[in-house]
Amino acid sequence: MMDRRTGLALMAGVVAAGLVARAAPAQENVQFIPSLVYRTGPYGPNGEPFANGVADYYNLINERDGGINGIRIVFEECDTQYNNDKGVECYERLKNKGPTGAAVFSPLSTGITYALIERATADRIPIFSMGYGRSDAAYGRVFPYIFNPPANYWSQATSIIKYVAEQEGGLDKLKGKKIALVYHDSAYGKEPIPTLQKLEGMYGFKLSLHPVAHPGLEQKATWLKIGRRVRPDWVLMWGWGVMNSTAIKEAAAVGFPMERFIGNWWSGSENDVKPAGDAAIGYKSANFHGAGADWPVHKDILEYVYDKGLGAGKRERVGEVLYNRGVTNAMIVVEAIRKAQEIHGVKPLTGEQIRDGFENLDLTEARLKELGMEGFMLPLKLSCADHEGGGPVYIQQWDGQKWNKISDWYHPMRDVVWPMIEESALKYAKEKGITPRECPQG
Amino acid sequence: MEVLDLVLFEPVRGILDAPLFFVEVLIGGLMSGVMYALVALGFVLIFKASGVFNFAQGSMVLFAALFFVGFMDAGVPMWLAFLLTLAVMVVLAFAVERMVLRPLVNQPAITLFMATIGITFFLDGLGQAIWGSDVRRLDVGIPEDPIIVADIFINQFDLFAAVICGTLVAVLALFFQYTPTGRALRAVADDHQAAMSVGIPLSTVWTIVWVVAGIVGLVAGIMWGAKLGVQFNLSLIALKALPALILGGLTSVPGAIVGGLVIGAGEKVAEVFWGEVLGGAIEDWFAYVLAMVFLLIRPEGLFGEKIIERV
Amino acid sequence: MIYRETGQFKTSYAADQAVLRLREDRIGLAVILLLAYVAIPLLASEYWLSTIMLPFLIYALAALGLNILTGYAGQLSLGTGGFMATGAFAAYKLATAFPGLDFVVVLILSGAITAAVGVLFGLPSLRIKGFYLAVATLAAQFFLLWLYNKIPWFTNYSASGVISAPTRTALGIPVTGFEASVTAKYLFVLIVVTLLSLAAKNMTRLEVGRSWMAIRDMDIAAEIIGIRPLTAKLTAFAVSSFYCGIAGALWAFSHTGAVEALAFDIGVSFRVLFMIIIGGLGTILGNYLGAAFIVLLPIFLNNALLGLGMQEAVAMASHLEAMIMGALIVFFLIVEPHGLARLWQIGKEKLRKWPFPY
Repeated sequence: MMDRRTGLALMAGVVAAGLVARAAPAQENVQFIPSLVYRTGPYGPNGEPFANGVADYYNLINERDGGINGIRIVFEECDTQYNNDKGVECYERLKNKGPTGAAVFSPLSTGITYALIERATADRIPIFSMGYGRSDAAYGRVFPYIFNPPANYWSQATSIIKYVAEQEGGLDKLKGKKIALVYHDSAYGKEPIPTLQKLEGMYGFKLSLHPVAHPGLEQKATWLKIGRRVRPDWVLMWGWGVMNSTAIKEAAAVGFPMERFIGNWWSGSENDVKPAGDAAIGYKSANFHGAGADWPVHKDILEYVYDKGLGAGKRERVGEVLYNRGVTNAMIVVEAIRKAQEIHGVKPLTGEQIRDGFENLDLTEARLKELGMEGFMLPLKLSCADHEGGGPVYIQQWDGQKWNKISDWYHPMRDVVWPMIEESALKYAKEKGITPRECPQG
Repeated sequence: MEVLDLVLFEPVRGILDAPLFFVEVLIGGLMSGVMYALVALGFVLIFKASGVFNFAQGSMVLFAALFFVGFMDAGVPMWLAFLLTLAVMVVLAFAVERMVLRPLVNQPAITLFMATIGITFFLDGLGQAIWGSDVRRLDVGIPEDPIIVADIFINQFDLFAAVICGTLVAVLALFFQYTPTGRALRAVADDHQAAMSVGIPLSTVWTIVWVVAGIVGLVAGIMWGAKLGVQFNLSLIALKALPALILGGLTSVPGAIVGGLVIGAGEKVAEVFWGEVLGGAIEDWFAYVLAMVFLLIRPEGLFGEKIIERV
Repeated sequence: MIYRETGQFKTSYAADQAVLRLREDRIGLAVILLLAYVAIPLLASEYWLSTIMLPFLIYALAALGLNILTGYAGQLSLGTGGFMATGAFAAYKLATAFPGLDFVVVLILSGAITAAVGVLFGLPSLRIKGFYLAVATLAAQFFLLWLYNKIPWFTNYSASGVISAPTRTALGIPVTGFEASVTAKYLFVLIVVTLLSLAAKNMTRLEVGRSWMAIRDMDIAAEIIGIRPLTAKLTAFAVSSFYCGIAGALWAFSHTGAVEALAFDIGVSFRVLFMIIIGGLGTILGNYLGAAFIVLLPIFLNNALLGLGMQEAVAMASHLEAMIMGALIVFFLIVEPHGLARLWQIGKEKLRKWPFPY
């Protein structure tokens, strides 16, 4: 019995030692940015390149510019494993770190975003859920601390329908066409349904819904039904992780043409098409930023980060779609902080001050060019009332080696989406007893 | 009444309207069932010989697939990668027997079950710590184009999987029936005490069973890995094998196959024809409910050993 | 010396049958309660209260529920997550349909609804046993989650299927939603858990508890001596689901505040099962020890690994965490298959004779 106890005591000692060692010396003139990521768990393969992109961009800012206007970035990753409990734990652990607390959280999971909305609002820390999370959070009057630029799922759905319409020869030609939606049967996958149903009513196409249970290892039944029975003109997909590559394989197995199969922006990375092999050639997906490593910003990342041995991932994976999304995420965070510094002064800022930076964010063409991202994404402007920006998306296609941009940028149908956002947000406000705040320009 | 009609008769009318499509779905389902059976087999082998409900079987599939694809990516030819991975699985079997099973001998079944869940965590962590958590493509040269026979659509990959599974079962049957080791395994499965008293070493037998389960896991890992790409999610297919397993009976090798076929066909037909009425994505729970219904009729599964209880 | 029963004489049957017969035990419990009710709310940081104490207490409650079913009545179940989800969605529907209802009433009603669902899914246990039953309970797990995910009525037609808990009061004090303070949430959950633990402890000492244990030890023998398996098994399912339902409701309302059905996936079921096995089957104390172990261990491991200079390798830290967790589970099972509660009991036996073991 004794030796066992000693063993336990030893273990406890090791753990305690770890906790003590953790109390690193505090730095004063730095901005702390937490990074909720997942490099493990069911969606780890997708979380990895994204996390690398974020880390590399922050390191680039530190190494090339010496921080944001001289304020160095200190960031810390916390692995959520795409698990809501872990995400909440990470949030609570990191929110008070650094001299001024956490600058902003990007949960990288729709589920965790939902779990954090109230907490972050109460703690006055902005949540930046870039192209995921709660769609109606775009309504800044009800969600003062939540931002989901450049576009939410609802906007994206309208943009994709615009592309489909263009291929068919115009919105009026959609009448009678069959469109199938294959979606991850969760909060995330269900987001576009109301929008698509509304568009169905407006343009007279026929929408059929095909949920796939998490994690989506088995889709034979779904695809037999789509490919042999429903025989739609177009298939849209709201998938994530292994579900995407499985869907592509099963679609190929029933002979559905890849040119008519469009994923959303979480269903269009190298991880989704590579496991499917040649079957994936021709598969399309939406995207809101560039793919590939041909922009000046990538050259800087390779020069200032990878050449110094600071790279988070493998050099050859710089420029993958999800890597670039991580870079985009980090870039918007940095620009928001820069904007907040213009308002509140160049010093480490609190979450509340950085919120102001987000609300006044104005990424112009010129600014994107300075950042080495000209054409990488389109300009983006947020305001107190509009936390989304209604950014455009384009369609990319996989050629077996890389993703190619094959379309123009499609702006979402804001006239359709914004009233839905407003209605949903006001319903939320009523349920929660929130009085929508006033915004200067409406 | 209308609801009843919608749930009971409408899908049946759907089947009658399109008999060919129904056959297609049925065949597709049977093929999926074969893939489930591949995983369920590993469970049965270990349960039969040692009474351990080995929850780690799914993780062993992932573990084996990670090593296999890892070796192949390193440029090792396929046959050598197979042998090397086999060696890894043998080492694993010895380690499990030494470090987990032996100290836990004579513990209640639930304790051993929990221990295998501990092994699950360990293997998931270890495999990914060594090989990383990226998705890796595994190409073993199985053709994937569909073939169409009499307007019925069949997936060639599935056909291939069925052949491999059939071969595996035949080899296992021969091994159990005609080799001394196989006979020893069956003796242990029948009666631990009696087997020990005629001089069959229990720990050796357990090691062998885990080795065999490891091989089955490797084959399942290669097949599923070729289908989905090798990644963490492979370990979750255990959840798809469980209903097949209990439906067939925990102690029966043919049961695993039949269970797999019934579950595969049942869930696909349900998803395609009933899915729309019920809202879709019903496959997962339907498999379990189907298994449960069978169990209500035969509590020990279709081919399981009859449970005789005495006070 | 400090822990001995010599000199403590029982002069009445009531004293002899009390839950805590030794003065030392009573003092110990009083100290723990004092710590939990006074010291922790005063001293613990918000991080500790909201991300460690709250999940710990709620998981302990769910473990208590499962332990009644598995540890006391011997019915292995993997449907805990489904029952917790039932409680959460029942509470949400009740709280939004009757905004004025006191949250305590909401909790009790949602527990009762879960109990009814539990009885329904417990029916197969009359025929199916052991691992077959365990797998059959997965039917409940998958079906219930699918149901709440699929039928928009359960989420009040929210587009995403996420329910977010409104602010509700218990006896006039807000205990859920974002208006409630963390301390209020913690104290409320603590009171619920204390009361339900007390009830469980007593239930296991009553006729119903004894019939559960008889069924667990051998159901045929129990049937022969006159215990009805039907009543015993179904009451076990009902009580167990009642506890799990309340745990689920607290999880959604007091802890995360917003959940979707997938938050109660099969991982939750397994986690609760770990807790009762590591803590100790058929004990009340074990639920707390097991819950503490499972909730705290990953957090400590993670912190420790990161502290040991693994900041750069978050992925490796996570993998190592899984490996250590797995190894520790096996280690504990080997060292003490009856769980942490048994270790504590052994410790007490030793203390009783200390310092003069004979």
